[in-house]
Amino acid sequence: MGTGATGMMAARDLSASILPLSLDGVGYAVAGKPLLSDITLRIEAGRRLIVMGANGAGKSLFLRLCHGLIDPTTGRRLWASGEHRAEAQAMVLQRPVLLRRSVAANLDYPLALKGLPRADRREIVARTLDRFGLNALAERPARLLSGGEQQRLALARAWAMRPQVLFLDEPSSALDPSATKIIEEMVAQFSDEGMTIVMTTHNLGQARRLGDQVAFLHRGRLIEHRSAAEFFAGPETAEARAFLAGDLIW
Amino acid sequence: MIHARRFILSAASSLALIAAAPATAQGFITVASTTSTENSGLFEHILPIFQEETGIEVRVVSQGTGQALETGRRGDADVVFVHARAQEEAFVAEGYGVQRFDVMYNDFVIVGPNDDPAGLRDAADAAAAMAAIAGAEASFASRGDDSGTHVAEMNLWAAAGVETAGTWYLSTGSGMGATLNTAAQVPAYALTDRGTWLSFENRGDLEIVFEGDPVLFNPYGIILVNPERHAHVKAEQGQAFIDWIISDDGQTAIASFTVGSEQLFFPSAASE
Amino acid sequence: MDGPFATAFSLIASGDPALMQIIGLSLRVTLTAVLIACAVGLPLGAALALARFPGRGAVIVVFNALMGLPPVVAGLIVYLMLSRSGPLGSLALLFTPTAMIIAQTLLILPIVISLTRSVVEDLWAEYREQLLSLGAGRLRAVPTLLWDGRVSLLTGVLAGFGRASAEVGAVLIVGGNIAGHTRTMTTAITLETARGQLGLAVALGIILLTLTLTLNAVAWGAGQWARGRLG
Repeated sequence: MGTGATGMMAARDLSASILPLSLDGVGYAVAGKPLLSDITLRIEAGRRLIVMGANGAGKSLFLRLCHGLIDPTTGRRLWASGEHRAEAQAMVLQRPVLLRRSVAANLDYPLALKGLPRADRREIVARTLDRFGLNALAERPARLLSGGEQQRLALARAWAMRPQVLFLDEPSSALDPSATKIIEEMVAQFSDEGMTIVMTTHNLGQARRLGDQVAFLHRGRLIEHRSAAEFFAGPETAEARAFLAGDLIW
Repeated sequence: MIHARRFILSAASSLALIAAAPATAQGFITVASTTSTENSGLFEHILPIFQEETGIEVRVVSQGTGQALETGRRGDADVVFVHARAQEEAFVAEGYGVQRFDVMYNDFVIVGPNDDPAGLRDAADAAAAMAAIAGAEASFASRGDDSGTHVAEMNLWAAAGVETAGTWYLSTGSGMGATLNTAAQVPAYALTDRGTWLSFENRGDLEIVFEGDPVLFNPYGIILVNPERHAHVKAEQGQAFIDWIISDDGQTAIASFTVGSEQLFFPSAASE
Repeated sequence: MDGPFATAFSLIASGDPALMQIIGLSLRVTLTAVLIACAVGLPLGAALALARFPGRGAVIVVFNALMGLPPVVAGLIVYLMLSRSGPLGSLALLFTPTAMIIAQTLLILPIVISLTRSVVEDLWAEYREQLLSLGAGRLRAVPTLLWDGRVSLLTGVLAGFGRASAEVGAVLIVGGNIAGHTRTMTTAITLETARGQLGLAVALGIILLTLTLTLNAVAWGAGQWARGRLG
């Protein structure tokens, strides 16, 4: 895991895996109204899990709950590391918020939050700019980048945090096909480097290209969790079949 | 964050600067006086002479007489220099002041529109003049602020036996200059000290329509705030100012102050 | 007779030391008050935006209402505190520039706090998930939000500066309008008006307005530049 960059953060023990992440009968309710119910699932290291489902099925909420932005109201969420909210994880929100400062400063920000020494941060930022082809944009204000560039920066920022697991919420929903392709290639590379990917998407083609497992949510419940090959070959549930066929399901 | 740190540092250093400021303030006294005295420009004339001789800086806070005496009562001034004899004597009697000294006098005049609708130019004395204003229900602008001038005005109404009620009576509740500005606008009669009047430029149609009655005599007194009541009072320097202003030097300085070649204040300190 | 503009110009051109002293004092008092109000009000406003505690709504309402605090009342409160007969009398601060700074800080603080609260609250709604995801807790989010809201916050700070530099009620009461010591632009204008020297008063007013205008223009320009530069 973390094959390409272990040397950069030698001070941290990257071998201690935070995965698998276990959800045990997890539910999430707001004002007594259940939005996620009774979800039991293990996310193993190295997976590329695609979370699918219709609008309102609870996909984004599921990602937030795994990532720790919200806590389950019932059941248990357990990282292998025993942390309440594992540190070695990152998330790219559907609409990532870039700070009103330069591209380089945006990359530096979460590293500073982690308390990394300035010299280490500078090195990681330089490496990240390099890797994501952002060198020419380093001093540009992040908020003035194009949509594709902004998404690339959001991914770079997440990558620079050296997460073991990366959550992506509809990472290419607002992008044109060529920008989408770039993002998909990046996600695939992250996976090749050993990063665990958990991602929601509406794009069936993208799900087929990137996923090795699919979790299908329907009205806040996990009703299928299988390998991507099996899922796309023939879902078990009528709801998933209807979803793949493009029918409206309730 | 670097910016936040820099910001906090600069804020902290400016706080330190402020805290250090009062320490430099040595060798000054605070004198509570009246707006009319300040407005006349008298202090600008005499204070530099005093400072030259003694090295003591005099900081004048100009307020209405009532407020100036209150400032002294609270211990916020070392010396009060006002013109409302009865209140000054009460101030001393209550133990807030040490002793009252006569300093100078000027006089009050009644100003009004030059067409003089109430006929004040024909009045025999000040009481008759006030009665004429009330009788004609001609507009009158009053300080209405418990100042020495206002007190003098109230005494004149009482002497004339007039009840100051009616739309013609305008209580401005402000200083002499502001009251004269109002009087010039309306136009209205007003009682003013001659000093303020002479240095007042925005006269409009106003002119002096009555003057010269001895009851319009306006004496100024000076009192050291009692250090027994307020231990921090700079009694020594305060008394030095009082001693100077009633000395020949001080009295000469007062007499030499003129506006448009007219003397405004007439020395009245009892010669020793 | 010269018009007020000509008077204003010749006053400036003459470099009259008394005038320069008045201008310098006005700027020093107001800018210091703004600085202190920011040092206190920015973090406090941000904390108010992020914190949840019982009575928070009441606190917000009170600060909003205090934005309308009449300067004369602020002055009176400071006067009663600093008077020799008041609780802080021993500090001997009444009728000093420090007293004026305190009074003006009191006037500006509610503006800075209320505006910061509103700006930071809006930003927090947008940034909350992202900052939590990146590892910033509420406390650590405060400087980030203040920095990212800097252009909007500048407006609030300018509003505070405007209120303080324009007011006369508070500085007159606590400063005493002592020539050469606590006389500011606004108290000088009041005095010259009372003297019937309306031309001089208007000239001073023009100078004050010019200063305020210049400062606002610079701040606005900086804001525009930052907006274009930082998005």
